[in-house]
Amino acid sequence: MSDRGDPVDGTGVGAATSADQSGFERPGEVPLLEMRGLTKRFPGVVANDKVDLLLYEGEILGLLGENGAGKSTLVKMLFGIHEADEGTILFRGEELKPSDPGDAIDKGIGMVHQHFQLVPPLTVAENIVLGAETTRAGGFMNRRAAEARVRELSRQYGLDVDPTDVVGDLPVGIQQRVEILKALYRGAELLILDEPTALLTPQETDELLAIMRDLAADGVGIIFITHKLREILAVTDRVTVLRRGKSVGRTLTADATTESLAEMMVGRSVVLSVEKPPREAGEAVLSVNDVQVRDDRRQLKVKGASFEVRAGEILGIAGVEGNGQRELVEAITGLRSIVSGNVSIDGQEVVNRPRKVREMGTAYIPEDRERDGLVGPYSIADNLVLTHYYEPPFANHGVRDFEEVDKKAELLVERFDIRTPDIHTPVKSLSGGNKQKVIVARELSDDNTLVVASQPTRGIDVGSIEFIHSQLIAARNEGLAVLLVSAELDEIFSLSDRIAVIYEGRIVAQRDPAATTREEIGLLMAGGEVREDSAA
Amino acid sequence: MPLLAVAFGLIVGAVLIVVSGDNPLVAYRAMLEGSLGGSDAIGRTLEKATPLVLGGLAVAFAFKAGLFNIGGQGQLLLGAAFSAWVGFNFDLPAVIHIPAALIVGGLAAAILGGLAGLLKATRGVHEVISTIMLNFVAANFTEWMVSRDGPWKDPEGGAIARTPLVQDSADLPRIAGLPTGFLVAVLAAVSIWWLVNRSTLGFEVKTVGSNPKAAAYAGISVTRIIVITMGISAFLAGLGGAIQTLGVNGRFEPGFQTGLGFDGITIALLARTNALAVIPAALLIGAMDAGSTLMQARTNVEPEVINVIQAMILFFVAAPSVVRWILQLSEAEDVDTGVDLATGWGTT
Repeated sequence: MSDRGDPVDGTGVGAATSADQSGFERPGEVPLLEMRGLTKRFPGVVANDKVDLLLYEGEILGLLGENGAGKSTLVKMLFGIHEADEGTILFRGEELKPSDPGDAIDKGIGMVHQHFQLVPPLTVAENIVLGAETTRAGGFMNRRAAEARVRELSRQYGLDVDPTDVVGDLPVGIQQRVEILKALYRGAELLILDEPTALLTPQETDELLAIMRDLAADGVGIIFITHKLREILAVTDRVTVLRRGKSVGRTLTADATTESLAEMMVGRSVVLSVEKPPREAGEAVLSVNDVQVRDDRRQLKVKGASFEVRAGEILGIAGVEGNGQRELVEAITGLRSIVSGNVSIDGQEVVNRPRKVREMGTAYIPEDRERDGLVGPYSIADNLVLTHYYEPPFANHGVRDFEEVDKKAELLVERFDIRTPDIHTPVKSLSGGNKQKVIVARELSDDNTLVVASQPTRGIDVGSIEFIHSQLIAARNEGLAVLLVSAELDEIFSLSDRIAVIYEGRIVAQRDPAATTREEIGLLMAGGEVREDSAA
Repeated sequence: MPLLAVAFGLIVGAVLIVVSGDNPLVAYRAMLEGSLGGSDAIGRTLEKATPLVLGGLAVAFAFKAGLFNIGGQGQLLLGAAFSAWVGFNFDLPAVIHIPAALIVGGLAAAILGGLAGLLKATRGVHEVISTIMLNFVAANFTEWMVSRDGPWKDPEGGAIARTPLVQDSADLPRIAGLPTGFLVAVLAAVSIWWLVNRSTLGFEVKTVGSNPKAAAYAGISVTRIIVITMGISAFLAGLGGAIQTLGVNGRFEPGFQTGLGFDGITIALLARTNALAVIPAALLIGAMDAGSTLMQARTNVEPEVINVIQAMILFFVAAPSVVRWILQLSEAEDVDTGVDLATGWGTT
C-alpha cells in the first residue's frame, strides 16, 4: 500500500497517479476491495504486473485499458478463474483467495461477462435462479417463489424486467439486466461488469449507466471495465488504468479528463479529434435509389432508402442498430438481394454477387469482423488475401503462390502496424484492434473507388480507433467515396462530411455536420419529429 | 495422440483376450504375422487398406468444408456397380478400360454425393440425413440392377444376384506383387492433400468449412463449394468401390463389404482429417483386418475382438480428455484432435 503513489510508469505520462489527491484514500474506512501487487504470469507474458487497486463501498471503479492490457486477467483472478502468482486481494479487509467462480460468488462477488451466460429458451426468473433454485418436494422448481423473488429484486434495484419473459426474445439491454439481477440474486456486494456497453445502443447505454449509479447508491461496489472514456467520466468515482499489465494510473474521476485518461491508456498523447482538411466532393460514386431489402426472416427491413456518396467525401449514416443498416450495407456490397430499387457504383448496377461488386472497386469493412471479415483459424497472411487469393499474383491457374502471399502480408503488417509476432499467427489470437487492422489493411490497400465501413471501430481500443479513423480520412483525401455506418455519434460527427440518419429502414434526414447538433441527430435516430431536410 | 489411442486400444483388446482365456501376446503376434509376415500378407493388408484409404479421404475431405459425408457406403456401392458395368460390358484396351471403369464408378458416386450437396446448399437439407437416406437408395438401386430382371444380371449366375465377371482388360493387375489399386489410392491421397493445401479450390473449401459467412463475404459461392466438395468426397468413396470391384472381387455383388463406408469415418478421425495421414491410418486398420484371420486360426479369439480394438481406438481419438485423464497430462499439452465432430450440424 505504501508504494501506491510511486510512479509505476516509466514513460512519465501517468501524471494523474497520485497519493496526494485528497479523497483517494479514506483513512479509517475499510475498503470494499483492495488489490496489492497482484501479479499473474502466463507462459511468455506477464499479464498483470504488480497491479494495485482500491475501491470503497458504494463506489464505481472504472478499469480502463486497451485490449490486451490485462483487464480481463485481473478480474478473472478476483472471480476465481485464475489464481494470482503474487500479491493479495483484500475484500472488506479480509484476504480473498477464491478457488473458483462458485467460491467467489459465495463470498459476494458477481460478474457480468461480455458474452452473456444465459439460457435463451428459459424465462427471466428461471435464468436468474438457475443453479440456486428453491425446490418443492420431489425436486420440482418453485417457479412462483422464484418469480416473486425476482420481482422483489427488480423493484429494489430499479431494474425493470418481467420475470415471465423468455430471455431469448429480449433485447440485449434487457438481457444484460437479467445478468445483473442474477448476480444480485446470489448476494453480490461487488459487481464486475466486463465491457457491458460494447453491445448496447446509445439509449441502452444511458439506461445502464443510470442503473449503475442506483446500484452504487444502494451500497454495491462496481468494477466497470471499458475503453470508452466518455462512459468512464460519466459514471465512475475512480479510475485505474492498465497498460501492458501494469497499473499506470490511478486517480479520482473528478481529477481526470478525456485527454489525460487516453494518454495513460495508450502511453502517448492521442489525437482524439481527427484532422480533416476541407475538400470539395466530386462526382457521385455510389448511388442508392429507393432500395428495399429484406432481412433474414424475410421481413422488409430497408423500406426505400435513397442517397449518394460522392468521390472525396465521407457520408456518415447514423442510426440505432437494427434499423436496416446491416441489410442496406449487405445489399450495397452484393451480399443480399435487392427487392426493388437499385444501387449503382460508378454507374454500374450492383448485382447479388459479392465478388463482382468488389471487382467494381468496392472495399468493405463489415460490422461483425469475427463473423464476416475474418477466418479465425487462418493465418494473418491468409486473412490479408482473403478477398484476392484467387487472382495473380497470389494464385496462378488455381495454384496458390505462398511466396507472394507472404510478401504482401509482410508489407501490410508493417504499413498498417499490425502487432503480431508473425504473419503466420492465427488471426483469432490477435486483439480486437489488431483484428480490425487486418481487415482495414486488406480493404484499404487496393485500388478502389468506394469504401463501405460498417461500425469500423466497435469494441476496439483508442489507439486502433485513432489509426482506423486516420485511414478512412486518408481514403477520402485520396478521392475515394466513403460510406460510414456507425452507431457511435462521436465517430459520425468527427469523420462525416455529410450525415444521413436511418430510422426503421428509411433515410429520414440528411444534415451538414456543421449545421446540426448531437441532440438533433440523436432525436432523429430515435424516430423524433422529422423536419424538412435542410438539404445537406 | 493417435498413437496413444492405438496403444490404449491394443491394451483394452489385450484385456479382452485374457478374459476369453488366451494369451494376448500370441494373438497379437499372429495378427502381426498375418498382416506383415511375407509378401502375401502384406499384399492382403494393402488390399484391405485400399478402400479404407479412399473411404477415409472421402470423409476427411468433406470435413474440410464442415460437411459430414456418411454416405460412403452408398457411394461405394454405386462406384462398384458402375465400374463393374464398364468392366464387363465393354471391350477396350486395358490402358483405357481400367481408367474408364474407375472414373465412371467415381462419377456415378459423385453424382449421388453432389445431389446431397445440392440439397444442402439450396434447400438446407442436412447432409447427414440425406447421405444416410441415399445409402438406402444406392443399396436398393444397385441390388435391383443385378437382380433377376435387372439389366446387369449375370446370365450364368442362376439365382445369384451379381454382374458378370469383368473383362480381363478391366482387371486391376498387381505390379511386383503390389495391388495397383493401392497405388491409385495413394495417388488420390497425395492429390487431395495438394488440393487442400496448395490450390485455390482447397482454400475455398477450407474457408467455407471454417467460416461460411466470411467465405460469402470474400466472394466465394458457398453453394458451389458445398456441391463440389460433396461431389469430390463421393467420387473418392466411389473410386474405393471401383477398385474393390476391379482389383479384388472381379464383379459386383450387392451387399459386399457392408460397413466399409463407415470405416472411413474411423480412418478420417484417426488421421485428424489430414489427407496424407489417412494412408497410415488406413494401413493400421487394414492390417488388423488382414491379420485377424491368422489370429483366429492360432487362438480362440473371436474376430469381433478386432472390431472392439478398432472401436476403442476411435473412442480414444474422439475423446482426448479421457486419454489426458488416464495419463494425467496437464492441460497445457495440446491433445486436441483438431476435429470437431459437431461441425456440419447447424452450419448451412
